[in-house]
Parts: sequence; C-alpha cells; structure tokens
Amino acid sequence: MTGVADAPAPQAAIRSVEAADLAAVIALDAEITGIEKPDYWYELLHRYGTRGRQQRFFLVAVAETRVVGYIIGEVRDWEFGQPPCGWVFGVGIQPGTRLRGLGTQLLDAICAGFRRAGVAKVRTLTSRENNLILSFFRSQGMMAAPFIPLELDLA
Amino acid sequence: MKLQKATELALYSVLEFAAHPEAQVSAAEIADKYGVSPHHLAKVLRELGRAGLVESTRGVGGGYRFAGNAKRLTLFDVIELFETLGPDAGSDAVATPGERALSAVTSEIDEIAKATFRSITIDTMLKLVAREERGEQSLATEKA
Repeated sequence: MTGVADAPAPQAAIRSVEAADLAAVIALDAEITGIEKPDYWYELLHRYGTRGRQQRFFLVAVAETRVVGYIIGEVRDWEFGQPPCGWVFGVGIQPGTRLRGLGTQLLDAICAGFRRAGVAKVRTLTSRENNLILSFFRSQGMMAAPFIPLELDLA
Repeated sequence: MKLQKATELALYSVLEFAAHPEAQVSAAEIADKYGVSPHHLAKVLRELGRAGLVESTRGVGGGYRFAGNAKRLTLFDVIELFETLGPDAGSDAVATPGERALSAVTSEIDEIAKATFRSITIDTMLKLVAREERGEQSLATEKA
C-alpha cells in the first residue's frame, strides 16, 4: 500500500499550467498510466489552462525547473443534481518524487481555488482498483460521497 | 458487512498500539477499555504478533508495541488475518438464476467494502479517530 502524501515536502512551486509545461505533463501521465494521449491533454490545456480560471483549475508542481505533478478540476454547478462543488478529476505525481507531500500541496492549492470560487465541498471519483489514489484521497480526509456510480455494457 | 468480534478487537488493538508507537501498552489496558476478556484478547494479540504487527515484552513494564508501518498497513491487511473476504463458497454451476442474481448484487457490496478497507491506512484511521475526539470535545464545550 502506498500513498502520495508522506515525508517532508521537497522544494516545489505550485502554479497554473503553461503551454510549455504540456510536453512534461503528457510524459508524466504516460509514465503513470502507460498510455500517451497528447490530444486529450491539448484539449484539457485549451479548456482548463487558458480560460475560465475562476472555476477551472489545471495546476502543476514544479521542482527546480521540472514538472513533477499536476492536478485538474473545476467547480461544477448542479452536476448530478448537487449544489455547486469542486470536482477533482485528475492528479498525478512523478513516481520518483512521491511520499513527499506534493500531492497534498497540489490538493491544497486546488481546494484554495475552489474556496475562492465560493464552494465548500470537494469531490472526486476514482476506480476502486486504484488503491494508490484512493489511499491518497482518504489520507486527506475524504470520505465516501452519497453517490453510487453505475454503468451498463452497450456492446 | 459485519466484522467478527475478534476482527474488531484486532483493529482497536492495532489503533491503540499505533497511536503510541514508542510505548508498551498492556493487554489489560485494552481489555478494560473495550470490555473484553483478557483471554479473548490474548488470542487476537497472538495472531497480530504472528503477522509481525505487534511485538510483546514480558515482565514489569512489559506489554505490546506496534511493529508495523502505519502509513502502509491498511484495515484490509488486519481484517484478512481474521476473516475471509472472498466470494461465498458454492458453485455458480448449481445455483439458480435467482441465486446467481442475488450473488451478483451482494458481490457488488463486498467489492465496495473491500476497496474501502484497502484504501484506509492505520495512519488515516488515527486521523479519523482524532477528528472524532475533537468533535466530542467541542460538543462537551458547547454543553458546558
């Protein structure tokens, strides 16, 4: 069992993503997931990195000059019938820099953005097989939300 | 999912030891706190010792000490020492469609429970305990 929020934090700056960071974010995501998906990330940069910054957040953690983590989320109004709240739908930390508090720094930063946007709750959705991310969010105090995700095979 | 008494006791014991990692906590202290027989608790602690999660010291001032890694050890790791969380025994081949349908639903619940237990470390549990304690204290302050 591993987490992403232990040990003293390294020297990392958290800031909004810039176009020049994207190649590093794509490489980091590919390292974590094993799938390189540049089109997806360019679309996210377009939607979250360049506009709507009051409600949309695409943040990176930069250690020295290297991107070592990212987090993405936004405030969604009445999603699933719920009052406005912040949703985190992507977080990744460079494997070699885990367990140093970078995930906590990124989550704290996006939560600060959500608070500035006027919401008092943050939610996320993750695969129950993804113990790394589940444990991280649990370690941050997140509890089960009052939802049950459902799916249907359409094949 | 209802945990067996021994499993709950194991979890409470691990939390007590992990909350004071440098201290030797006596079995009598835990038995008293949770209102269980020392004999029942001894069996649970033996199992935790066999799994390397606690160490015991005999003699005056002796007791038990947490020997695991609270940031890595999950509730599931402790629970599976005491009970089987796999699917129910029985063959789908002889089950009726109704039984298989019900089994699919109860399996959903079990899988969610297992994922929850796997995702919560002892360290996270200690934070939840502290949160409960803070809640109790603020409630007491309001009443005072």
